[in-house]
Amino acid sequence: MRADISAAFSREAGADRVVPPSGFTVQLTLFSAAAMAFLAVFALALSLAAGRLADRWGDELARSATLRISAPAEEMPRQTARALEILSTTPGVAEARALSDSEQRGLLEPWFGPDLPLDQLPVPQLIEIAEGPERLDAAGLRLRLQAEVPGAVFDDHARWREPLLAAAGGLRWLGAAALLLIAGAMAAMVTLAANAALAANAQVIAVLRLVGATDAYIAGAFVRRFTLRALMGAAAGTGLGVLAVTLMPDTGDTGGVLTGLGFEGAGWLWPLAVPSLAALVALVATRAAARRVLEDLA
Amino acid sequence: MIEFDQVAYSYGGGELLSELSLSLPPASFHFLTGPSGAGKTTLLKLCYGALLPTAGQVRLFDRDVTRIGRDGVALARRRIGVVHQDCQFLDHLSVAENVALPLTVAGEANAAMESDLSELLTWVGLTDRAHALPPELSGGERQRAALARAVIMSPDVILADEPTGNVDWDMSQRLLRLLIELNRMGKTVMIATHDLSLIRAAKAHVQARVLRISNRRLQLAGADL
Repeated sequence: MRADISAAFSREAGADRVVPPSGFTVQLTLFSAAAMAFLAVFALALSLAAGRLADRWGDELARSATLRISAPAEEMPRQTARALEILSTTPGVAEARALSDSEQRGLLEPWFGPDLPLDQLPVPQLIEIAEGPERLDAAGLRLRLQAEVPGAVFDDHARWREPLLAAAGGLRWLGAAALLLIAGAMAAMVTLAANAALAANAQVIAVLRLVGATDAYIAGAFVRRFTLRALMGAAAGTGLGVLAVTLMPDTGDTGGVLTGLGFEGAGWLWPLAVPSLAALVALVATRAAARRVLEDLA
Repeated sequence: MIEFDQVAYSYGGGELLSELSLSLPPASFHFLTGPSGAGKTTLLKLCYGALLPTAGQVRLFDRDVTRIGRDGVALARRRIGVVHQDCQFLDHLSVAENVALPLTVAGEANAAMESDLSELLTWVGLTDRAHALPPELSGGERQRAALARAVIMSPDVILADEPTGNVDWDMSQRLLRLLIELNRMGKTVMIATHDLSLIRAAKAHVQARVLRISNRRLQLAGADL
């Protein structure tokens, strides 16, 4: 008997024990928290990957430009040399280099195969431009080239960089919006589960009130129960989500936003916050539900 | 301790109790009787704040029950032990845990109270049933466990609603003796019952005031008891 009495006074028998441990709301809360955390990890990974991609595209493309010279074969060396001269004196250009035939062949090879007779085709000459820290005046450069190298077309990549950056930025916001929706859906599910648990335990609440429990005590018992369940479920879901993201195939530099899903550096801290945030959502949702139900039962 | 001043209680458009004036002084013993449906349970619920009067004033320990809020009522209930006929328990907790529940709720459960709980279970004869779950108890055992729970906080007032309704004569006498013993310890006791033989048996051992609810009103019972 002493063991039973000790149990009656142990911490186990405290406020958390007054709520019956079983019931479908246990599984419901655990499952929804785990599922939502799993999805949240993917939304986070998507958002972070989109952010990284946007940064990388922005950095890489903003620092480089291409000059394309289309001219008759006999004119090509002269126009190329003149273009390089102009570029060497243009502020904002750190380096300008004409691509060799083999480099140009390499660029075309994926489309035309390895046996491309480059010398027999009117392939334009490409000049790769690396931009320096100083701002490059693209409009001014175009005017100079138009006057002195009529076959040159300057491409600062802005035409296709901007929509890509906008798309990546959109994906980033989409991920953030998905996170908010996930948090809202989880709050709704926990609220439903808490409502069901409170309603199913009306008798328990009546007994607790009979022996002098305040509303804060009763609500606290349910809030702790649901918060703990949400924390446990979310921790499991986060673990599985991180594992799944880690197992996604890594295609290295060639990867896009989908194949580049994952966490890097400080980004690993974000999924660690998911269980705590899920518990916080559960805490707020259960507290609101408990107040409402206790008011109704009174 | 508990005072009623011209209290009325209505429910569903009908008045169940009206013009009730009552005082439960310290260390007094009361029986509340009347036919089934007369309003005994309603009156007891008004005594511990489970119901609020629709007219008049109920004072619990000198405080108007309508002005202290639900938390105030909860705190007042820690000074009022209640024994119900249907003995509500938390079925997932053991008898010992249920009996200790008021202490747990009040945040007063600690190792130092273990001996008190042990003594209490011995007093009600449930030492061997401490580990049992409430559904495993007989009617009498449930009533005794409910009584132990009602007194573990050493309340000033004990309210019992048909405490002998589900037990045999011997057990009802045993419960009555426990309640009389508590009264001798200075507790105010009020027992709602329609069992007149219980009242007669008690009056041989304790000076009790017998109140009867009749036609929604409270009156002192006559010499027929």
